[in-house]
Amino acid sequence: MTAMPVRPVTRDPRRFREMSGRAGWGVLAWIVAIAFFIPVLWMVITAFKPESAAETWPPQFIFRPTLAEFRLVFSGWGPFVTHSVIATVGSTILVLLLGIPASYALSVYPVKRWRDGLFFVISTKMLPIVAAIGPLYVIAVHTHLLDSIWLLIILYTAMNLPLAIWMIRSFMLEVPSELLEAARLDGAGRIREITGVIMPIISPGLVSTALICVIFAWNELFLALNLTVTNAATMPMFLISSVPQEGLYIAHLSAAATIASIPVIAVGWIAQRSLVRGLSMGAIK
Amino acid sequence: MAQVKYVSATRVYTKDAPPAVDALDLDVKDGEFMVLVGPSGSGKTTALRMLAGLEPLDGGRVEIGDRDVTFVPPKDRDIAMVFQNYALYPQKTVAENMGFALKMQGVHKDERARRVQEAARLLDLDDQLLSRKPKALSGGQRQRVAMGRAIVREPQVFLMDEPLSNLDAKLRVQTRSQIAELQHRLGITTVYVTHDQVEAMTMGHRVAVLSGGKLQQCASPRDLYENPINEFVAGFIGSPSMNLQTVPLTDGGVKLAGTVLPLPGPIAGAAKAAGLSEIVLGIRPEHLHLANGSGELPGDVILVEELGADALLHVRLAAGGDPVVARAEGRRPPALGQHVTFNVQPDDMFGFHPVTGARLAG
Repeated sequence: MTAMPVRPVTRDPRRFREMSGRAGWGVLAWIVAIAFFIPVLWMVITAFKPESAAETWPPQFIFRPTLAEFRLVFSGWGPFVTHSVIATVGSTILVLLLGIPASYALSVYPVKRWRDGLFFVISTKMLPIVAAIGPLYVIAVHTHLLDSIWLLIILYTAMNLPLAIWMIRSFMLEVPSELLEAARLDGAGRIREITGVIMPIISPGLVSTALICVIFAWNELFLALNLTVTNAATMPMFLISSVPQEGLYIAHLSAAATIASIPVIAVGWIAQRSLVRGLSMGAIK
Repeated sequence: MAQVKYVSATRVYTKDAPPAVDALDLDVKDGEFMVLVGPSGSGKTTALRMLAGLEPLDGGRVEIGDRDVTFVPPKDRDIAMVFQNYALYPQKTVAENMGFALKMQGVHKDERARRVQEAARLLDLDDQLLSRKPKALSGGQRQRVAMGRAIVREPQVFLMDEPLSNLDAKLRVQTRSQIAELQHRLGITTVYVTHDQVEAMTMGHRVAVLSGGKLQQCASPRDLYENPINEFVAGFIGSPSMNLQTVPLTDGGVKLAGTVLPLPGPIAGAAKAAGLSEIVLGIRPEHLHLANGSGELPGDVILVEELGADALLHVRLAAGGDPVVARAEGRRPPALGQHVTFNVQPDDMFGFHPVTGARLAG
């Protein structure tokens, strides 16, 4: 055995520079993270303030916290949150149901002219949604779907499907072809191949795809604002309705916004690990 | 159980390139262990995949047990395949992996469990391993599970695509004999692909040597060694490989290392009939016998590889040319730089056509 020379840890100038450099990056990362977090924190703090203390200059840091604004939010959010949950969950399930077979047909068993198909799918996202809102409105009127939750489910599905197909497709390409061949030899049909072999392997990817669809659908405002009134109004519409024509509203809006962001944050927190795994799938092998 | 038959089976990947498998004709007898061997790109794996149904045929046909399966989907061919990287389902336990094909066939759960247990016992897989995921297994265990997955199905034909190439050297030798023994016990027709000629020679009842998509020769290991049909087979089979040197023909023999080696009659006759002025002379390393300074072929030792039981001498023969390799007894091999001489029995010489590579007479 050879004895390792003992290196003085702090005296080595190279090592010191290396460590201080790393610390510098750490500090920078923290500053950026805090800069991103402060507005959110401020929103949450404001939500606990009485309306009178919410919009003062200089801002008050010491105040008696109150749940009054939250109570107000909870008294009125019922239909909005129900609509949001239905539209979000419904559209996400539909996206997965349609997206998984579509991705399969564009990756594992590519159909003829799959490149064109793939491009068509993403090209639907190139049209600004504002340009489509007029025709959409007319169609909604004619199909009697205006202000209906079904309309939102359909539109959110259409909105999220292209991204979902591109994501799921890239996950499917990662599945080793031998596995699929083994499944084929073992007697698995197409459906079984997808549900029994592919889906368990890409499940982190599916979770992250679903999560992104949930976030997009939950936060969607433009379509909801233009195509719904009361029967299908969603949480973002509730936030807008929290702004009254006159009077103070900052604390109330903060409380509503805090409530509205909780589901997304909660889902993201729970799925954190598979989200990171899913989004970085392919990056590491 | 069944025999397997390739009838001018052809696979073309790209139109302009030569076929990956070119009009392959091969008969595998019932219960036979057939090894397809060749360098990479020789078409051996493609040939196997054609039999599995994973690769369509561009010509000819494939038969399993007298049934033309050319257009039969993989699952209906009654075959099982062991993949090079095992292709175990990562989310399923070992037992689920092994039983998946039976589940697809609608075999009852109890029967499935019984057959999985049986296969596990056959392969020395512990019961507790059955509930583990492939990730928690060692390389050797994974290999056995992959074997087990094939055995459980009790197929008509086993297909194996370099199943040992991911194991370390020692385990590979061990598993090699286990697979050969298992195949003998089960008596199931097996087509085995490898690039390793030692594997091919030790395992196969017969060995099919492929090169450039074409079948070169299909024979028993001994026959391949003793009667290679052409220069490629001669150079590929045997380790270290045969010394092949292009030498000029002279009166009464060939000129090598400054001396005239008498050629056996058949080779000389064939060379003459073909009107050749030079031939490719082949001598196996084990047929170059060290002679104490009185041999026909003089040369200088430029490298000694000690293998224990014997030693490989790399020798530059007098009058230049590529160095040759000779197998010498391990105990007292000549030293580096030493001048040595060799004798060769005329019967141990092979002659090949310098252009076509075909064997001359013999």
